[in-house]
Amino acid sequence: MTQDLRCEEVIDKLLEYLDRELDAETEQALAHHMATCRACFTRAEFERKLRARVSETGKAKAPDSLRRRVRAIVEHY
Amino acid sequence: MTKVGEPLRAFFEAEVDRLLDRLYGTALRMTRNGADAEDLVADTLAKAWIKLPELKDRQAFEKWVFRILVNSFISARRKKQARPREVTAEVQCGEDSFSLFETVHQPFLLWWGNPEQELLNKLLREDIEHAVEELPEEFRLVVIMVELWDLSYAEAADALDIPLGTVRSRLARGRSLLQRMLWRQAGEAGIAACNAKGGPR
Ligand SMILES: [Zn+2]
Repeated sequence: MTQDLRCEEVIDKLLEYLDRELDAETEQALAHHMATCRACFTRAEFERKLRARVSETGKAKAPDSLRRRVRAIVEHY
Repeated sequence: MTKVGEPLRAFFEAEVDRLLDRLYGTALRMTRNGADAEDLVADTLAKAWIKLPELKDRQAFEKWVFRILVNSFISARRKKQARPREVTAEVQCGEDSFSLFETVHQPFLLWWGNPEQELLNKLLREDIEHAVEELPEEFRLVVIMVELWDLSYAEAADALDIPLGTVRSRLARGRSLLQRMLWRQAGEAGIAACNAKGGPR
């Protein structure tokens, strides 16, 4: 049985939870709390979406000049 | 010079094809400049190509090449300037635990409907790019590793050769700074109440 957590404890561990850095038992306790607590669920959704938006910034179109340079590396070394 | 056989070459080309945009995007956030990002990725892939025969586990290619990217960035930066970039006054003034959610999600703002969702919708991609790029380097690198490349804290610690606890604290601080900058930008764009608690003065 998972122990009951207080909201502050959940918020405290929230980012590690989203990063999947918690041990299985703690992770389950947070998931359980989130399933029944609207406030923490809303907070988690916000952080999750923000993280996804930040992650998008790592996507860009590599310029053709870079593609040509990479081809040259493979050809000439 | 190591000779790379045909199957390995095909493997390398396919992996590079798959990862190039992402490597370039990451390099852009690191260097904050298109030409430097291009040099960084070309340098990284040249090193990866030469070292490729040493890579035992092909499944690990992605993280391996990302690690080379990080190391190349750090050593290029060291050559360019002995001293790391100054932490800007703006960044220094913030405390460690700024939360965008808590700042926006307040009872007196609730007539707005769903303020935190509203804020997320209105943040432009370039606002977020700018905020990531403005993070001081030590924080920027861990945020990039964990949020852009999904590295575990242990992998990030390993790649940067720093303790796990340092990864945790830099990540927490980096995220707090990032959220503070996004809040400031939201305020500048007139989409958030600037005088709300914790907002920019
Ligand atoms: Zn709760």
